[in-house]
Amino acid sequence: MKIRAQIAMVLNLDKCIGCHTCSVTCKNVWTSRKGMEYAWFNNVETKPGIGYPKDWENQERWNGGWIRKKNGKLELKQGGRFAVLAKIFANPNLPEIDDYYEPFTFDYENLHTAPELPTAPVARPISLVSGRTMDKIEWGPNWEEILGGEFDKRSKDYNFQAIQKDIYGQFENTFMMYLPRLCEHCLNPACVASCPAGAIYKREEDGIVLIDQDKCRGWRMCVSGCPYKKIYFNWVSGKAEKCTFCYPRIEAGMPTVCSETCVGRIRYLGVLLYDADRILEAASAENPEDLYQAQLDIFLDPFDPDIQRQAIADGIPEHWIEAAQQSPIYKMAVDWKIAFPLHPEYRTLPMVWYVPPLSPITSHANSGDIDSASNGLPDVRKLRIPVRYLANLLTAGNEPPIVSALERLMAMRAWFRALQLGMPPDPALLSSVGLDEATAREMHRYLAIANYEDRFVIPTAHREETENAYQLRGGCGFTFGNGCDGIDAKAGLFGGKMGRRKIIPVRELDDAD
Amino acid sequence: MTLPGPLNEFLFGVYPYICLAVLLLGSLVRFDREPYSWKSDSSQTLSRHELKLGSNLFHYGVLIVIAGHFVGFLLPEKLVYLLITPTQHELLAMIVGGIAGLLALTGMTILIHRRLYYRRIRGNSRKWDITIVFMLWFQLALGLTTIWYSARTLQTGDFEVLIHYVQSIVYFEGGSAAIIQGAPWAYQIHILLGFTIFLVSPFTRMVHIWSGVGTLAYLLRPQQLVRKRGNTVSEPQRVARVRDDVEPGV
Repeated sequence: MKIRAQIAMVLNLDKCIGCHTCSVTCKNVWTSRKGMEYAWFNNVETKPGIGYPKDWENQERWNGGWIRKKNGKLELKQGGRFAVLAKIFANPNLPEIDDYYEPFTFDYENLHTAPELPTAPVARPISLVSGRTMDKIEWGPNWEEILGGEFDKRSKDYNFQAIQKDIYGQFENTFMMYLPRLCEHCLNPACVASCPAGAIYKREEDGIVLIDQDKCRGWRMCVSGCPYKKIYFNWVSGKAEKCTFCYPRIEAGMPTVCSETCVGRIRYLGVLLYDADRILEAASAENPEDLYQAQLDIFLDPFDPDIQRQAIADGIPEHWIEAAQQSPIYKMAVDWKIAFPLHPEYRTLPMVWYVPPLSPITSHANSGDIDSASNGLPDVRKLRIPVRYLANLLTAGNEPPIVSALERLMAMRAWFRALQLGMPPDPALLSSVGLDEATAREMHRYLAIANYEDRFVIPTAHREETENAYQLRGGCGFTFGNGCDGIDAKAGLFGGKMGRRKIIPVRELDDAD
Repeated sequence: MTLPGPLNEFLFGVYPYICLAVLLLGSLVRFDREPYSWKSDSSQTLSRHELKLGSNLFHYGVLIVIAGHFVGFLLPEKLVYLLITPTQHELLAMIVGGIAGLLALTGMTILIHRRLYYRRIRGNSRKWDITIVFMLWFQLALGLTTIWYSARTLQTGDFEVLIHYVQSIVYFEGGSAAIIQGAPWAYQIHILLGFTIFLVSPFTRMVHIWSGVGTLAYLLRPQQLVRKRGNTVSEPQRVARVRDDVEPGV
């Protein structure tokens, strides 16, 4: 056994209101730069929809993630080592920027400078790639917001597999949910295994997956290797970039920007201990439906004295073990079993998990006989969001764990509603879904109240052990290589400057008169 | 083409070494000092148009061509002539090089069209990006032109002159310029342009060739990489760095 620790995340989709605060704060911090305009390390998709980039879940098209070969061995879906290298000159699985969207701005200046016209002046869209005026914006970030667009197109959503989807196109049966997405910081990352340069790595101490910008050569195999399409090619710098899990904040014990700014308090961060020796075994489970359980099985109980001893022997600091005991992630994923990995069938063992959303009861169940279960709760299979849809999203189609989680969430709600209304709740309500009162109270505290201290249990990193702060004084912090120079350094022997990319001509303010 | 002695000596005796020195030192300096600028600079994300055909044709073709140059020119002659006659050697070079060169030239023609025709790509090209593709195109075209000269002089041993020239440069035998004096102009220009491409390589995207060779490590590297903090700098090194950092008199 080799114990490693990871800072993992859970998102409670039941409370996500799709406000995009996470996406916007993330973009402001990390990707508001040339070449990364189109990239959203964190984005929020409205489901059902084809998502961002278009159709990203369709691995028959993009060939991301892993496949299990007949002999039980894992191989990248885009091919073995030789096949990956053979595709280096033109990657057949690489999304084009239009698959995300062509980044644009608007010619706002025209609103100020247009001469007097019979009609109001307009700010036409301008491509940030070519610098040209665009006739029409045909796709953008979050194009399908709140079920925008025709059902016909949205229903290409891969999670409709094995569902008679036609009825969900009708107004009465329509459903939606939000899915915030970021890098999964997988235990078995396909991006790492795809990189010909060996530039991508997982950090041992906290499991964050990073790209070494000085080693990245822009071979772009990671972009196609990642099944979540969460690695972006910076077309100005020529390097791949990805979510850093805000590691400078995490190291200081602070939550990621997306988590910190989440107004719905849906995000949780905490430590999980896992057995690194069993990663491959878990990722190689024969039946995709078993992958969720296989991943659960390699998470270790931080209260077990044997595990604690081994963890310390493996170099995990003691206060990390303490943090693992208080980890909201461990509670939701392992204790309560209400959080699930996103698309475990990609076999990357993702570490950003999701609590499935409840939804209103379908109109036909509501109007006629409410097919309620024995404990007085509505049958979760009668909720608007089909259980199968959630199972396709979160458990590779394995429905029972999703049903159990939804029932627990619903029972917890019903039980507390009864308490709030001063009615003695039926104890059977909780016991029928495998909960007791103490657990229900704890779940309520974590899910409904969601205090800051409960949501984020992040032990600080021990940089002092490996770094001499004296060297760092007077440094320039984060730069884009080349010491303290910017990427746009005009004078320099190497690289040079990209030309012909004037977006909007700069004009002096006082030349208007 | 016969050049005045000193010019010939400079172009074919001295210039190659200048180019090779700049190639090696320039690459080293760039790799060490400006690693963030070291990349293949793919434009596939901006546009996939024409890339699959153009890039694959060019790269696979040019890889064969480069391998051919290495094997054909640098293998000891005695070893080669144990297996084949000089004429067969030349024929082999003409046929394999000709086919591969033609593939590469076709690919490069497509790539040049792609780079100039698509506004997204052209607008985001550096001057060197455009210059270097033209240099490579002319180099390939010249390389193919030499086949015609080779075919005319198949029996006369002109091809061996080339071998001797390249080996005299690479093995520091001296007197290189005299060997190539009077050879057909296509050979001479091909050699000069070739060395010029070496000369400018460290300042262009051509540095990705080094990394292309480096990707062979991918075949052997473990699939998962886990980095331990502090792995990159060893303890004595770190202490030394800190000491260096202390300004005198502080």
